[in-house]
Amino acid sequence: MNRIEEKFSELKANNKKALITFVTAGDTTLEVTKKLVREMEIQGADIIELGIPYSDPIAEGPVIQAANERALKNPIKIKDVMDTVKEIRTEVKVPLVYLLYFNCIFQYGPEKFFSHCSKCGIDGVIIPDLPFEERGEIEDIADKYSVHIITLVSPTSKDRIERIARNAKGFLYCVSSLGVTGMRSEFNTDFDEFFSYIDRFTDIPKALGFGISTPEHVQKLRKYCDGLIVGSAIVRQVEKSTGEEEIIKNVGNLVRELRYALDD
Amino acid sequence: MSIQRKGRFGEFGGQYVPETLMNALIELEEAYNKYKDDDDFKKELEFYFKEYAGRPSLLYFAERMTKDLGGAKIYLKREDLNHTGSHKINNVLGQALLAKRMGKKRVIAETGAGQHGVATATAAALFDLECDVFMGKEDMERQALNVFRMRLLGAEVHPVTSGTATLKDATSEAMREWVSRVNDTFYVLGSVVGPHPYPAMVRDFQSIIGNEVKDQIMDKEGRYPDYLIACVGGGSNAMGLFYPFLHDTEVKMVGTEAAGEGIDTEKHAASITKGSIGVLHGMKSYFLQDKDGQITPVYSISAGLDYPGIGPEHAHFYESERAQYVPVTDNEAVEAFKYLTRVEGIIPAIESSHAVAYAMKIAPQLPKNKIIVINLSGRGDKDVYSVARYMGVDINE
Repeated sequence: MNRIEEKFSELKANNKKALITFVTAGDTTLEVTKKLVREMEIQGADIIELGIPYSDPIAEGPVIQAANERALKNPIKIKDVMDTVKEIRTEVKVPLVYLLYFNCIFQYGPEKFFSHCSKCGIDGVIIPDLPFEERGEIEDIADKYSVHIITLVSPTSKDRIERIARNAKGFLYCVSSLGVTGMRSEFNTDFDEFFSYIDRFTDIPKALGFGISTPEHVQKLRKYCDGLIVGSAIVRQVEKSTGEEEIIKNVGNLVRELRYALDD
Repeated sequence: MSIQRKGRFGEFGGQYVPETLMNALIELEEAYNKYKDDDDFKKELEFYFKEYAGRPSLLYFAERMTKDLGGAKIYLKREDLNHTGSHKINNVLGQALLAKRMGKKRVIAETGAGQHGVATATAAALFDLECDVFMGKEDMERQALNVFRMRLLGAEVHPVTSGTATLKDATSEAMREWVSRVNDTFYVLGSVVGPHPYPAMVRDFQSIIGNEVKDQIMDKEGRYPDYLIACVGGGSNAMGLFYPFLHDTEVKMVGTEAAGEGIDTEKHAASITKGSIGVLHGMKSYFLQDKDGQITPVYSISAGLDYPGIGPEHAHFYESERAQYVPVTDNEAVEAFKYLTRVEGIIPAIESSHAVAYAMKIAPQLPKNKIIVINLSGRGDKDVYSVARYMGVDINE
């Protein structure tokens, strides 16, 4: 059992839902990332996603695109992120998941990549541009190192949901609505229908993401799933804050509010 | 559980896209497979090719150029004479008719030089479709005339400022837009790139070029040519010319890549000559990238070749040695642009000038009984400003 399964069973035992948070690694520096991960854990994040900055993040909206550009100005290498995660892991207990684009794994070398993930304490990877059909290329390698490939389903997945859900590992990443990542004012998806369909095929924990940005969203949506994923709203706090201290404080405040809303 | 991997050319191609797009690609593939052999669809497409785009395009014997270079006979496939001024209209008419069959009311497109954007806006006007075009902000400045043409045609042109603000980023932005409105929107991709089924579908629509050349050269010479030469960015005009000759192995195929200021500088867009295998925009192919997989900025005088990758079937042609890919610099392309204009009275697109330049290199070394066909993929009116700038001539009043 890797840390993701442990976390979800612990939450279930306590009748709680998962708060999954995201920051882009190296935005604004890897030192800030280290402190942010620690702070988010303290304020109640259950699983933390680290985005590996990429030149062409096609699934991201403007907020995370800008974070990628800020991080790449440094310039930041995947090896540096791995080293930082290794340090983070000595202080942080929550599951850590990478969000990255397939080309980064492909160039790093899948074998080396997953072996390093495992050594540094990464529990899963989310690869937005690797649909179910293409993951055979790395699936066995990821399994070998016990790193879960977290798969996504979206409201347009329809008849694809069965295959994806049955084969999901760690948790199933459920995309809230059409479009790229980023804050939304409303959701047009029929979540009752979406989740009851998914439930026909799997017992795996389901986390809902894309556009969830406020405590109100969290309260409204928590009943549908086992966890909620908040990304752009956190990155937005990084973007608008000046200086390390303010970044940590503002992100910490948001995560605390989200935690409160989720448990309330 | 293993699933048959679709849309592969050797190891290249595939469907590396967000889950939200997968069913849309599957629907597109089904619709394409249904209509590509449908008589009504084929008839309608033929009608628009002939009556609207002006096909077949001419295969012109460039007699003065041939004599001047003193070697192989040179023919020009005049895609520049098509309506809207380039080969792009072939693919766009095909995709727009498909969009209509699929009941889509809105088309989106990416564009670099603006030729594909203009072609898409044209088809949208003709078939009464809503049209949004994504174009890098830098390209909008380089190709202001095409931006205005698109707007006149009723399209909305969205400047893309992310990344390098060129074709690569316009493509990413068009894909993001498609993810947002996948239900009512048809993405008209402009080259033999992107996720399956685009590389195969665009190739098929562009194959009219090579199929016509086969008939035309048989009429004129009674045999197939020895060389086919075409420029490659994503590679749609080259694939359209090459593909029908795939099994005619005596016909050599040469794709010319943009070498910009030279392949030993950082300012080029030669994906095969200088790139490595990677994944971007839904496909596995050759890309210019660093060791971490970050796509590196590219450069070419030609906005249409200014792309850090190449279509997956070209990557396969390269690996299997069916075709050869050679770099041509800005300087060589500009010289060819001026040369063809002076010798034949034909102003070629700066993209196509890359192909002309390579023909100028090899023709003199070949015997007179050899035949070269150059794909003149577009006309050069749009490039007059940038060539003048390159030559240091100020043509602004």
